[in-house]
Amino acid sequence: MERIIFYILAFIMVFFAIKAVSSRKMLRAVIYLLFVLIGISGIYFMVDYSFLAAVQLAVYAGGVIVLIIFSVMLVHHIELKLDETNLKQRIFAAMLSIVGVLLTLYAIFTYQFNPTEKLIAIEVEDIGRGLLSVDDGGYILPFEVISILLVAVMIGAIVIAKGKKLEQ
Amino acid sequence: MIETIHNWLYSIMPEGVASITEMVLIATAYLALFALAGLYLVYFERKVAAWFQLRLGPNRVGPFGLFQTMADALKLVSKELTTNDRIDKLLYNLAPYFVIVAALIALAVLPFSKQFQAFDINIGIFFLLAVSSMGVIGILLGGWASNNKYALIGAIRSGIQTISYELSVGLSLLTMVLLTGSLQLSEIIEVQRTGGWLILQGHIPAVIAFMIFMIAGTAETNRAPFDLVEAESELGAGFHTEYSGMKFAYFFLAEFINMFIIASIAVVVFFGGWLSPFGITDEITWFPQFIWFFIKVLGIIFLMMWFRWTFPRLRVDQLLTLEWKYLLPINLVNMVLMAIIIWLNLTL
Repeated sequence: MERIIFYILAFIMVFFAIKAVSSRKMLRAVIYLLFVLIGISGIYFMVDYSFLAAVQLAVYAGGVIVLIIFSVMLVHHIELKLDETNLKQRIFAAMLSIVGVLLTLYAIFTYQFNPTEKLIAIEVEDIGRGLLSVDDGGYILPFEVISILLVAVMIGAIVIAKGKKLEQ
Repeated sequence: MIETIHNWLYSIMPEGVASITEMVLIATAYLALFALAGLYLVYFERKVAAWFQLRLGPNRVGPFGLFQTMADALKLVSKELTTNDRIDKLLYNLAPYFVIVAALIALAVLPFSKQFQAFDINIGIFFLLAVSSMGVIGILLGGWASNNKYALIGAIRSGIQTISYELSVGLSLLTMVLLTGSLQLSEIIEVQRTGGWLILQGHIPAVIAFMIFMIAGTAETNRAPFDLVEAESELGAGFHTEYSGMKFAYFFLAEFINMFIIASIAVVVFFGGWLSPFGITDEITWFPQFIWFFIKVLGIIFLMMWFRWTFPRLRVDQLLTLEWKYLLPINLVNMVLMAIIIWLNLTL
């Protein structure tokens, strides 16, 4: 059963990933990308890591994709199509992706996977305590760094949006 | 009853087939609930609107007009699906499904009663927020793919509104999560069994959080006074101007189901879910608990309809001012207040 679901998800992801880079209509490409991201969150659900799955849905599907759709809506007209890329670029891109696939396959097939005996359900509480712990294996430093980064981004956005005062 | 059906299915079929049949049965039950809730909320809305405007409302089809919305649905099914030539066919046809599927997934985690909950995950509330943030994609796509200026403006307004007010919904729920210490919906209800409803347990900050949640929730569902997405006087019908027949009905139904979901979240987080008030039906074992859930949900929905028929529509700048200059700061302060109250053990 799980095997079947995995193959369905994997097929959806690969299919839409290829569609996303080959589509010549911009917003369609974005939607294909959205299906890939939803497929990834499906994989997370399958391995019982529902927190990461929900983060994937909220951040990528609900946040990033909506942002991309917004920018496409503002700059792109419905009847416009993207230019066809020339042959040289296509060959280069194909070579690069083949190298990427080979590297990933090599890593997967040489790694020794250990089947786990018991299932550990990860509670949200554990994640929260991990983020705030200062002991070994605690994540307080990256947590703080990210919050400073986010504050900097927000202030930057406000400054840019505010703009200069109009000259009289 | 569920137990007997479960055993019966497994006795007549091999295990794999039985589990798939069970999934299909559950899905069908939820779809039926979806359709029924949608149709009767439309009826309820029309009756409430009529009451507020001193009219009678639908009263011809069936007793008290109860079958009016059924007849409307039949009419919508039989209508022609008109399309324009210069639209993006794929996205245009896909858009209604985004809205409706997001609403359906959210329905699955709601606890209607102790037994009646399809998917009880330990991140319940967070999952609800994540899924409900996907519905807006459908609206954006529908508006863009229609190749219509009114639809595009409506869709962009909807995007702005949903993204802004999502923050307030999330933060006000987070304030309440401080009190429960769990994101799992069934556990949130269990907390309220001994200590009373959360809106009483958390008193002042909980009441503020509830008010913010109701305002932001109304905005999330694109209902009046936040319905500038489909402001008739300026935009025709907003993002669904080009949709007809059943596809329009999908958008319309999803709006009502989203209202139902927002009301259900409010009931679970603030008003004790399916728990009876003062435990009056706890001893009666045959009493279906989901009745309490639906009574409370209807109360909240009535409140939202009350908003709709009494407040005038906001302008875009007023909408954004309300969220970013008032609700968000109040929400942040409120969360700190709640933390202090819990820290000092001042909860009731």
